[in-house]
Amino acid sequence: MTAIDAAFRRLRASGEKGLVVYLTAGDPTPAASLRYLRAAADAGADIIEVGVPFSDPTADGPTIEAASRRALSSGMNVAGALELVRKFRGTHATPIVLFGYFNPFYRYGWSSLCKDAREAGVDGFLVVDLPFEESGEALPSIRKAGLDWIPLAAPTSGMARVRAVDRAGSGFLYLISVTGVTGVRKTLPPPVAAWTRKVAKATRLPVAVGFGISSPAMAAAATRHADAAVVGSACVKIVERNGRGSRGPAELSRFVRSLKKALR
Amino acid sequence: MAKRKGNRMPDPAGHFGSFGGRYVAETLMSALIELEKAYRKAWGDRSFHRELDGLLKSYAGRPTPLYFAGRLTEKAGGARIYIKREDLAHTGSHKINNTLGQGLLARRMGKRRVIAETGAGQHGVATATVCARMGIPCEIYMGEEDVRRQSHNVFRMRLLGARVNPVTSGSRTLKDAMNEALRDWVTNVRTTYYLIGSTAGPHPYPEMVRDFQSVIGREALPQFRKAEGKLPTAVVACVGGGSNAMGIFTSFLRYPGVRLYGVEAGGLGLSSGKHGATLSRGKVGVLHGSKSFLLQDATGQILEAHSISAGLDYPGVGPEHAWLKETGRAEYVSVTDAQALSGFSLLSLYEGIQPALESSHAVAFAYRLAKKMRSSETVLVNLSGRGDKDMGILMEMGEGGRDGD
Repeated sequence: MTAIDAAFRRLRASGEKGLVVYLTAGDPTPAASLRYLRAAADAGADIIEVGVPFSDPTADGPTIEAASRRALSSGMNVAGALELVRKFRGTHATPIVLFGYFNPFYRYGWSSLCKDAREAGVDGFLVVDLPFEESGEALPSIRKAGLDWIPLAAPTSGMARVRAVDRAGSGFLYLISVTGVTGVRKTLPPPVAAWTRKVAKATRLPVAVGFGISSPAMAAAATRHADAAVVGSACVKIVERNGRGSRGPAELSRFVRSLKKALR
Repeated sequence: MAKRKGNRMPDPAGHFGSFGGRYVAETLMSALIELEKAYRKAWGDRSFHRELDGLLKSYAGRPTPLYFAGRLTEKAGGARIYIKREDLAHTGSHKINNTLGQGLLARRMGKRRVIAETGAGQHGVATATVCARMGIPCEIYMGEEDVRRQSHNVFRMRLLGARVNPVTSGSRTLKDAMNEALRDWVTNVRTTYYLIGSTAGPHPYPEMVRDFQSVIGREALPQFRKAEGKLPTAVVACVGGGSNAMGIFTSFLRYPGVRLYGVEAGGLGLSSGKHGATLSRGKVGVLHGSKSFLLQDATGQILEAHSISAGLDYPGVGPEHAWLKETGRAEYVSVTDAQALSGFSLLSLYEGIQPALESSHAVAFAYRLAKKMRSSETVLVNLSGRGDKDMGILMEMGEGGRDGD
């Protein structure tokens, strides 16, 4: 059982829904981003996705694109993200998913990446532009290192694909709520609930709903039929507003607490 | 109807050897599978080809001529130089071959909106043209830097009724235009057709664009045979994403005696770091949905390309070119900005043909090559586009106004 499996088992046992927080590694600096990660964990995030910045983030909206730019100019890369996780592991046990685009991971080399990631304390990988059809060169290394490969399902996927990615992946299934790029949305369209229920019924993995969730009420609504909500851009906006300032982690902490409260 | 023998590459999953494939967000996967099915069905349908062939002839002006460049040949003093005149196709470049094909496909698929990326604006103009003819609204993404340096084409697109969206992220060139087009597509995927202009992107685009462009080689091969009674010694084409090169290479791939040369943008020189020579200097990676060679740093971040020609200013290259390089079937070379400008001047002064700056790279290399070859040998150059759009850049560079020697 991986740390992510254990987290969902614990959540189910206590009858609460999970909160997955996304933050970009190195945004705005490696040191500041470590403070934000710790604040999110202390405030009750069940799982943290640590985003590895990429120069061409085609699945991301303006908020995470800007965070990626800030992180890249602070010198962040795959090795830096692993170092960040290693430091985080010195104080926290919260499961970490390394979240990013294929090319930087590929450049590092999957076999050494998975070994180094395991050593640093990473629990799983989520690769935005790696559909399961192309996962052949990454998946064996991920499995060998005992890490989870978090698959994605989109509103356009169709149930046959949803079942296939559910079989191929482990940890949890990341359910993309709407067609589009990442970013804060005021509401999620009504079909999301019915579709989430359909996916949750047909899959064996816990389901985490992401894209657009920006408030405690939205998180609660999104998890009515799912196991967890992913909140990314709304958290990154707090980093964007506060930067290295000391009030940033405190504001993130308040926000994460309010999200988690709505999921209990 | 022209012979349409199936090419063995790519494999059913879109791989050219270890290159190509489909590295995209899950949201786009079903759309790519739907597109692939629709494309296969259309390509196997006689009525689709009848309509496409009819338009290529009556609307795009095909077949384009093969021209013997006698004065340039004389000046080079070596191999006989022939030019495939894609610059004479409607809208001024080979891009119309592909946009007509995909435009018909979009209509068959019932898509109500078309989006495209463009670098030099040639693909944008060709897309806007086809959309105007078919009455489909279209939006073109173009890097702000390219909007500035190819303003002539921006104006044309707007006159054709297209909306041009300048892209202000990154290097503000073709790469960033493609990022933004992908973001639009992932958002509007159910209603929108993404009309990619090069043999790049996720499967099936590299295969489909090649197939639509392969009309160039299917015409050029018999035209050349008729003129010379044999096959060319060498075929030369410029390579950004690689669509005009694949268009002419494809018919010659099965003749191992014909040397194929792809000419990349050498920019300010390969050692300057400011170039677009992806196959010469890049490393394998994934950008915009397929695995190929890329200009990237040691940590996998994409580097900015540089070229005087907006159409070659791209840090990636189509996966089939990566495969042709790996197998050694084609050779890839580079030509600097300055050399491309002299290629432009040569063709302008000796033949009265003004090529696009992209195509000028092919002309410059072909001239250099021909010089070293025997007079019994031949070089076939694919002149992918005409140079009208580049007059602003040429004026800025202080070209022109110079008397011929």
